[in-house]
Amino acid sequence: MSNVTIPVGPQHPALKEPASFKITINGERIERADVRLGYNHRGVEKACEERNYIQDIYLIERVCGICSHSHSTAFVLAVEEIAAIEVPKRAFYIRTIIAELERIHSHLLWLGVAGHEIGFDTLLMYSWRDREIVMDILNMLTGNRVNYGINTIGGVRRDITPKQAQEILCGIDKLEERTRYYIELATEEVTLINRLSGVGFLSHEDALHLGAIGPTGRGSAVDRDIRRDDPYLSYPELQFKIVTDDHCDVYGRTLVRVGELMESYGMIRQLLQNIPEGPISVKAPRKIPAGRAFSRYEAPRGEDVHYIQANGTDMPERVKLRAPTLANVQSVARMLENSYLADVPIVVASIDPCFSCTDRMISLRTDGPGEKLMSWPELHAFSLDWNRKNRGIDFTNLNKRLIEKKV
Amino acid sequence: MKEKSLLQELESKFPQLEGKAVIQRARRIFVDHPHDSFYEVFDFSVKNLGCTMLCTLTGIDEDVMLAVIYNLGRDDGILINLIVRVPKEAPILKSVSSYFPNAVLYERELVDLFGMKVEGLPEGYRYPLPDNWPEGQFPLRKDWKQNHDNAGKEVQSDV
Repeated sequence: MSNVTIPVGPQHPALKEPASFKITINGERIERADVRLGYNHRGVEKACEERNYIQDIYLIERVCGICSHSHSTAFVLAVEEIAAIEVPKRAFYIRTIIAELERIHSHLLWLGVAGHEIGFDTLLMYSWRDREIVMDILNMLTGNRVNYGINTIGGVRRDITPKQAQEILCGIDKLEERTRYYIELATEEVTLINRLSGVGFLSHEDALHLGAIGPTGRGSAVDRDIRRDDPYLSYPELQFKIVTDDHCDVYGRTLVRVGELMESYGMIRQLLQNIPEGPISVKAPRKIPAGRAFSRYEAPRGEDVHYIQANGTDMPERVKLRAPTLANVQSVARMLENSYLADVPIVVASIDPCFSCTDRMISLRTDGPGEKLMSWPELHAFSLDWNRKNRGIDFTNLNKRLIEKKV
Repeated sequence: MKEKSLLQELESKFPQLEGKAVIQRARRIFVDHPHDSFYEVFDFSVKNLGCTMLCTLTGIDEDVMLAVIYNLGRDDGILINLIVRVPKEAPILKSVSSYFPNAVLYERELVDLFGMKVEGLPEGYRYPLPDNWPEGQFPLRKDWKQNHDNAGKEVQSDV
């Protein structure tokens, strides 16, 4: 059979962000994959040069909808290094807590996406339900589910109260219990193991050669993690393990991510136990003295690299950022070679490419004009009623049984 | 201190680097390098100084010169940042994709955003600008100002 080349993307129902793949197949097998990126280029680096440092924090936070804290932290760390600002220890602890909460939300989101891509939508529903716990914690701490706005040059903008710390611990306990279930699922559920094993294979040698980073590399036994290798924030004071796996496929990457969830819970407990008292920020100058700094940050998807060059004014001379997906793109092309066409979505999703999860309807005013607000029980009752009327399906009895069981 | 011994090794091999390499802080070495033997230093850093990864390439517009920082990482977290400068009139670099395949995308960024020419860069799609981007427009050069809105209409730059 002769080879056929088919385009997948840039807008494709299986891929949640614009990326284009030119896939050459022989029968069902992929012989070659060419990746094209750049559809989301927004000129953020140029825009940073035309704004002051404080404005840049908020701009950089919007580079990514999921790892927003990663980018803003990498940025402020570099600026603080240039300006030689002594950031209070408590601020570092708070940044680290938000960083690990962000990793939890990102990994649970990935688990759901991975489940969806292999037709296991129950896993999507479960993990995204559980993800709401961490989203609520982030909302409580920062006032927002994503784009937290917690960082500023010289520290953080909000403190964590003892009551909030208690609520975080409660949430973490629940999440840990749920994650144990996912680990059990990942290690014992034959359907899941068979579906993911051998899919998207990236050998250890290829991962090293192509510079795979984050869970993509660690799923191919590449023992690298910036939190340990080039420590920043409060990580030098924490006890944690770098999770690696030698399956070298999507299954390996799954085990790494669920393993990392457990490590993050442990880290947050240590942080909350040892958080020092004291101020949460110091006053930083608006004008940053001339200098340059590279900062590295282990984001949920891998290493973020930021370079800042200051020229003595209140605006940076140069801001360069490299997000982890760019470093992992070539690994995806290698993973796709010899894969089946039907595996493209899960293989692409396995590096956890970054797409925005910021779309969420929020309504803050209850007194103004506009549509009526519904509480959760009202919405639930409306949904039952709507299904009965429009689809002839009556969930009422099932719902009653579920409630009884729960009680 | 590992950084110091790395620096000594580099300076003993390339005496012309004396005084041009600095340890800015723990795990950060910056080497400002004259152009002529840059690729020998790069080769030595990869083969003899244990640089296992290329984190990124950073272009900087320095008026008449364009600087590029090759951000080389070691497994122990030390970053060796090799800086090379080329004239803006003829900004020619050599591709390092034979050492690190992931350099291809970083080099394409330099081509699109700074107008660099990279010898030995494999054929492929441009990145990150669109195909219909006008010739000779390099957005990250300091003299470039945006003078068209999203609909392509000419506007006065507010910067």
